[in-house]
Amino acid sequence: MAEAGGTLAAYRALLRAQARAQTAYRTSFAIDVLGNVGATVFDVVTVLVLYGVTRELGGFTLRETLVMVGLTAFAFATADLLVGNIERLPRYVRTGLLDAVLLRPLGALPQLLLMDLPLRKVSRGLFGLAVWVAALAGAGIEWTPSRVVLAVVAPLAGVVFFGSVFVATATVSFFWVESGELANSVTYGGRDFTSYPVTVFEGWFRAAFAYGLGFAFVSYQPALALLGRADPLGLPAWAGWAAPGVALVALAGATAAWRVGVRHYRSTGS
Amino acid sequence: MGSVTATVASPTDSNVILWFRTFWSISRSGFRRYATYRQATLAGVVTNTVFGFLRCYVLLAVAGDAGEAAGYDRAQLVTFVWAGQGLLAVVLLWGWTDLADRIRTGDIAGDLLRPVHPVTSYLATDLGRAGYAVLARMLPPLLVGPLFFDVHLPARWPTVPLFVASVVLAVVLCFACRFLVNATAYWLQDVRGPMILWMLGSGVLAGLYFPLRFLPEGLQQVLWIGTPFPGLMQTPLDVLVERESTAVALELVTLQAGWVVLLLAACRLVQRRAERRLVVQGG
Repeated sequence: MAEAGGTLAAYRALLRAQARAQTAYRTSFAIDVLGNVGATVFDVVTVLVLYGVTRELGGFTLRETLVMVGLTAFAFATADLLVGNIERLPRYVRTGLLDAVLLRPLGALPQLLLMDLPLRKVSRGLFGLAVWVAALAGAGIEWTPSRVVLAVVAPLAGVVFFGSVFVATATVSFFWVESGELANSVTYGGRDFTSYPVTVFEGWFRAAFAYGLGFAFVSYQPALALLGRADPLGLPAWAGWAAPGVALVALAGATAAWRVGVRHYRSTGS
Repeated sequence: MGSVTATVASPTDSNVILWFRTFWSISRSGFRRYATYRQATLAGVVTNTVFGFLRCYVLLAVAGDAGEAAGYDRAQLVTFVWAGQGLLAVVLLWGWTDLADRIRTGDIAGDLLRPVHPVTSYLATDLGRAGYAVLARMLPPLLVGPLFFDVHLPARWPTVPLFVASVVLAVVLCFACRFLVNATAYWLQDVRGPMILWMLGSGVLAGLYFPLRFLPEGLQQVLWIGTPFPGLMQTPLDVLVERESTAVALELVTLQAGWVVLLLAACRLVQRRAERRLVVQGG
């Protein structure tokens, strides 16, 4: 018991130090907060601009698509806040900082996340939440108790899913230090993919991202279930409820990948 | 104390051939420097390709059954996306902090001691980098796109030379923008704020997320005439997909050239002002 308390206190100290350090330069912090929310704002604006040119995307109206956009914006921004900084892993491997982390009597992953928790990204998560709530209000959903539950569970499942994607793709750098922006194609690429109805995409590309990697279950299927629409691609209605299950599978996969990665890790000796 | 600045006219000013030779050799070293990052190049190409598919499908969905959106047909949209993914790495919209880093660490002092103006030498390096990027980053998406989609190929002969000129201008224009953003480090030390604003503005306003033609007419005119952003990507891409007549395309490229001249002059002015107040720290 005492040991668990000590571990928690250590994590809390790491988090407090981060918060103090990041808010030390107030103007910088304020600009960072604004800049970060700006990126998510532009993601939403992009969808609005596209709907300025067309009435339907892949058979879905703006109001319907905004449900997916809101869900993605909240889930991605929150996952990015909590674990997004793991994408710096290649640098930690190259500079040898990971050695120091592994030597300490705390979990390596929580340490890495807390050592650099980007508090400025809180603004994005809040904006994402606002878009999600506004989209739900504007989509004309017929609310039932089960849909209310889904409206709460789906974003949380999305956070777990995107978080798992961040960790899983970062472990690539244990094997390939120079993998650079490769992880972006699945993390940020996944975000772009889940911001639109899956029907927009075609062929093997759709199959790979939607079902191979499971991105269809982050926002598209839950949105269909909330809107009460049948899937034009033929998946049954309960697929919208598969989101938490898929998120847990992704979590298990990411955990396994991380374990294998850490075990495979050889220090650069620096 | 006497000041050492690179803006003092050098005594061998008249020797144009020597100037070109220096510029050329700096460019070549820029090319070689970036050619060493082979694994990062491969990772970048894969990422550009994935985003090529994503954006391509989205814009094709916008065109929908009508097969047309804001004056682009399906094949033009495909070319717009895939050429854009390649161009992104050639103009290097994001990720260049060389100058800001050197100002912060004080290494900039070394640049000021050289007999080449800093704007000139950084531009030469950047053109070398862009030359490598054309081969390693622009060609792959241009080759992958046609494998999976029907692309628009230029039908008029002036399109190709005009596109090449527009790409060169876009590289120089983007360099000038990045130089100015980086140069704020002379005054601010920490350039994160300006850098974030640049990243936000340039992506949307250059036409990377969606063609700027999707915006309302009035806003387009403000962007084209009032800001350099469309010249970074939208102009060369519009030239390539032949959205406009050759005459209009020529006008757009001329407008782009005007912005290049203006911003390069601004770079030199900013550099001169900065050198007057620069205090290099450290020993």
